[in-house]
Amino acid sequence: MAQTAEPKKIQATGKMKGLMGQYFTELMGEEPSGNKMAWCTSVGPAELLRAMGFDVYFPENHGAMLGATRMATDLIPLANAHGFSPDICSYLTSDVGAYLKGESPFQKLGLPGPPKADVLVYNTNQCRDVKDWFQFYSRQWDVPCIGIETPRSIGEVDLTIVQAIAKKIKSLITPLEDVSGEKFDMDKLKDVVSLSKECTMLWKAVLETAAKAPSPLTFFDGTVQMGPAVVLRGTTGAVEYYKLLLAELEQRVADGVAAVEGESHRIYWEGMPIWGKLRDLSTQFMELQTAVVASTYCNSWIYEDLDPDHPFMGMARAYSELFICRSDDYKEKYMAKMIEKFSIDGVVYHDSKTCPNNSNNRYDLPKRLETKTGKPFVVINGDLNDLRLYSEEQSRTNIEAFVEQLAGA
Amino acid sequence: MEYFCGIDIGASAAKLVIVDNQGHIAGKAMQRSGVDYTQTARTLLDQSAAEAAIDPAQIVRSLSTGYGRDNVPWSDGKMTEIACHGRGAYFHFQKRMTVIDIGAQDSKIIHLDAGGRRISFKMNRKCAAGTGAFLEEIAHRLALDISELNALAERSTKNEPLGSFCTVFAATEVLARIRAGVDVADIVRGAFCSVVNRIVEMDRVEGLLVATGGVVAHNPFLATLLGRALDTEAHMPPDPQYTGAFGAALFAMQQSRKGQ
Ligand code: SF4
Repeated sequence: MAQTAEPKKIQATGKMKGLMGQYFTELMGEEPSGNKMAWCTSVGPAELLRAMGFDVYFPENHGAMLGATRMATDLIPLANAHGFSPDICSYLTSDVGAYLKGESPFQKLGLPGPPKADVLVYNTNQCRDVKDWFQFYSRQWDVPCIGIETPRSIGEVDLTIVQAIAKKIKSLITPLEDVSGEKFDMDKLKDVVSLSKECTMLWKAVLETAAKAPSPLTFFDGTVQMGPAVVLRGTTGAVEYYKLLLAELEQRVADGVAAVEGESHRIYWEGMPIWGKLRDLSTQFMELQTAVVASTYCNSWIYEDLDPDHPFMGMARAYSELFICRSDDYKEKYMAKMIEKFSIDGVVYHDSKTCPNNSNNRYDLPKRLETKTGKPFVVINGDLNDLRLYSEEQSRTNIEAFVEQLAGA
Repeated sequence: MEYFCGIDIGASAAKLVIVDNQGHIAGKAMQRSGVDYTQTARTLLDQSAAEAAIDPAQIVRSLSTGYGRDNVPWSDGKMTEIACHGRGAYFHFQKRMTVIDIGAQDSKIIHLDAGGRRISFKMNRKCAAGTGAFLEEIAHRLALDISELNALAERSTKNEPLGSFCTVFAATEVLARIRAGVDVADIVRGAFCSVVNRIVEMDRVEGLLVATGGVVAHNPFLATLLGRALDTEAHMPPDPQYTGAFGAALFAMQQSRKGQ
């Protein structure tokens, strides 16, 4: 049954690594850019920060690197001992642990480690943890921590919400000007939003190539390829990269090249990646001839409502339309659409212990969705970064048994 | 006559079943899984072949299951214990059913439709609550042999479960009950009720209730309590501890017929 368990290499990836490396070097390298440094949450107001001349750093990206390199496992306990519970976001605890110990995967790239912030800017659309995380550094460095408190569990993103959030985003301008010493320029913001929108639409097109059967890419590829969509949105580099990637994937589709040889089943991954186990999981699915073709996670960086003509209203809407801050009714409808669009056979929910915000199996959604779509599901218990919360054997058996079930056993 | 073999290497015990082409058990054997699964598998194969009075070479196809399913070099295929317990249980009852398999390290709830096709399944979460390991811990605390638990639980009339999810906390509750002078039989019954509660809260039960696995094989009263908690009767296939291995043997037969 097992075919080649090596993932098929996406040629463009080399370019992406170069792009990301350049970005990290600009942020942390020996030659300072002279710009002020803003930390931003992954779905925070990055466009505004870039337009105001900040270098923008995303600590969640560092969190994911700590998870993927499995450094997190040694670092989380330091943050726990410091006073951050093992039950809260393990990006936060890995990152704080890394700070306390002075260790970072960036050091393997010859860089000193995360850059010190001049200002920390959050949006709580994803969770409260990001604010608590940023406030830790704000206290450490005595720098301002400002942001947007987006409501959660939103049903319809109506005008009241959008106007309120737009107002809140605008209110960040003055404190940001105080830090950067530069005046806000509306035209620059429009340019950045325009680039960000272009990036987002290309990223969407990239992910949608997986709607084809066999799929040219998997969720596991997506977790690697999404880097620029997160940290470089609003730049030309990201736009150019996704044009290249899209062309390669479209070619794969045209040539009938499958990411998973002999693709027999198609899975939707709901929830956070298990960063330290991506390789093992990708191999297991490949051996089971099962392609994980879609995920809410990778789609989190699609912001179709960005609008260069109305940047504040567009950003407000785009960052409140996110899956993670929506009601279960919305989530259910969204997933039902995805299941249809990507011809999904079954859904794997990752119940990530330290991220209740992105674990959508907890309020009976899987059963409701199964009834609605007729597609079965399985729940894997684990965590994004804290492998103390992951049982290899249980997950392996759950996945294998689920694929057996899809095959009619 | 053609023979088929299923071997289930579980966290605690390894079981092997040889069936003939009618699905009748011709030979079976069991021992602790130990630390050398490959050796254990070989020993069990030889023992059950001797019981069946056949040469192992007469076995047309073998299939492994359980935690050690990847460690049986001579097996022709593998399937999960979820598939195999379902198949083994279905052979005996042939109805829409919910199979509850309570193993040493994990519990599973498996839903099958009237044709034996799996609809869904659920494994317990990471901890020992609701598994054999929990009962072993409680027996240890009470300085009892695990084989004494069933009779003691049956003797008690008090359904007072230990409350905690966590095995360590539950063991602490046991200590508190010992201190308070609670009868040992009542404490053991409490532990049984607690295993039942952990399982009942895992998933719904539909159709016939069938209990399998080593824990109910040794503690049939646990299956009785499970039935009571669910307002139904708990059925057990013959040799419930062998259900996984038996199911694996049936899959081996089915695959052989399909020419896989
Ligand atoms: S959404 Fe989850 S993983 Fe992301 S920062 Fe918040 S708690 Fe952490």
